[in-house]
Amino acid sequence: MVQSLRRLKESPSQTAGPYVHIGATPNFSGIEGVYPHDLGSLPLAPEVEGERIVVTGRIFDGSGTPIKDALVEIWQADAQGLYPGQGERRGAADPHFPGWFRQPVDGTSGVYRFETIKPGIVPYFDGRPMAPHITFWIVARGINIGLHTRLYFGDEDKANAADPILGRIEHRLRVPTLIAPRSDADGKPVYTFDIRLQGENETVFFDI
Amino acid sequence: MRNDNSSHQGGSFYQRDRSWHPPAFTPDYKTSVLRSPKYALLSLGNTLSEMTGPVFGHAMLGPLDNDLILNYAQTGEPIGPRIIVHGQVLDEDARPVRGALVEFWQANAGGRYRHKKESYLAAIDPNFGGCGRTITDEEGRYWFRTIKPGPYPWPNGVNDWRPAHIHFSVFGHAFAQRLITQMYFEGDPMIWQCPIVMGIPSREAVERLVAALDRENTLPMDTMAYKFDIVLRGRRSTLFENRMEGN
Ligand SMILES: [Fe+2]
Repeated sequence: MVQSLRRLKESPSQTAGPYVHIGATPNFSGIEGVYPHDLGSLPLAPEVEGERIVVTGRIFDGSGTPIKDALVEIWQADAQGLYPGQGERRGAADPHFPGWFRQPVDGTSGVYRFETIKPGIVPYFDGRPMAPHITFWIVARGINIGLHTRLYFGDEDKANAADPILGRIEHRLRVPTLIAPRSDADGKPVYTFDIRLQGENETVFFDI
Repeated sequence: MRNDNSSHQGGSFYQRDRSWHPPAFTPDYKTSVLRSPKYALLSLGNTLSEMTGPVFGHAMLGPLDNDLILNYAQTGEPIGPRIIVHGQVLDEDARPVRGALVEFWQANAGGRYRHKKESYLAAIDPNFGGCGRTITDEEGRYWFRTIKPGPYPWPNGVNDWRPAHIHFSVFGHAFAQRLITQMYFEGDPMIWQCPIVMGIPSREAVERLVAALDRENTLPMDTMAYKFDIVLRGRRSTLFENRMEGN
């Protein structure tokens, strides 16, 4: 025998199930009066620095059907590329920017929508710049463990081409699954990021 | 707002043991069939985008957020066995995870959710909403009061029933630790018949999700207690780790 490392095992994941909205977005699900608002749903404060953008899309299952009961969380840096919250040691992020948002997809159309800012550049662990990106975390009924992916911006060709993460994708045909094309509506850039859980053009998901 | 106080433990996170978690594709849980990626996950490891995470302060909590017996009460209290659920949020090195936001949701004592898509015959309880949340203290402890949820049928097999359970969502110190899971109750034979539970590969791992009846913390003539500890991913010490200046 040798000494024990005395490590614990991570609690196993279980699906968020069909009623995740009761816990995460109760006001959306019709349970009002328990929380003043659904966490992660408040609009950006006017003081937040950065270019206002819309990020929207749908999540498709392996049959090509949009999922109607998913919950999406996003996590991103501020306009300067600094993370709010904890774990950021390079400096203080924009104090008005939460960096984290949560939205259910629409129960009829399956569309999710975030109004946020375009994030700045964050360094990779070796100091190379990562192209601007937003981390996505998706849970739903039928998803046994939350899926991590990233949105990259369709109008950042040069930065995307130099991105160390995108550069590691062996199957180059899959790279576009992470890149959200830009259109413009009401004077704001709109990035459409459709996520395909399975099948043709399956989105690249990460083990982080 | 508070900081993570974790400068001594700021390394990257231990690799997630995917063989311990349920795989994406668990065909006995039918909905997973079309919602499971078929390609291998791309190993990203941790960058700053995963090693950072949102902070939730106690100021956001209402006084009844961790009391599901009272936080939706309209005309009286909800029906059902009164229970306290408590435990610690730890990392894989058994270090307390303080300041962790823990959210929970559940069916009522009859097994019925307050949700428009729910089709079980059991009655809605007018005094039970079914959601709550809290933030762990300095020792990583959390607690809440609720009523024990009932088992419920669900459309999977023609006659599948979920064991009684409470859903948990946990935010640790970094987005890499984000976890959603479910808590089951000691002694429930239905745990071992549930396709969602049985997607977890080992019995040992399932047992980590079964809360123990905690007789010592039961309040006489008042409330039963269950203890449920939650473990999030641990992180390397920064010994000899090659890190950028100021990172
Ligand atoms: Fe449930």
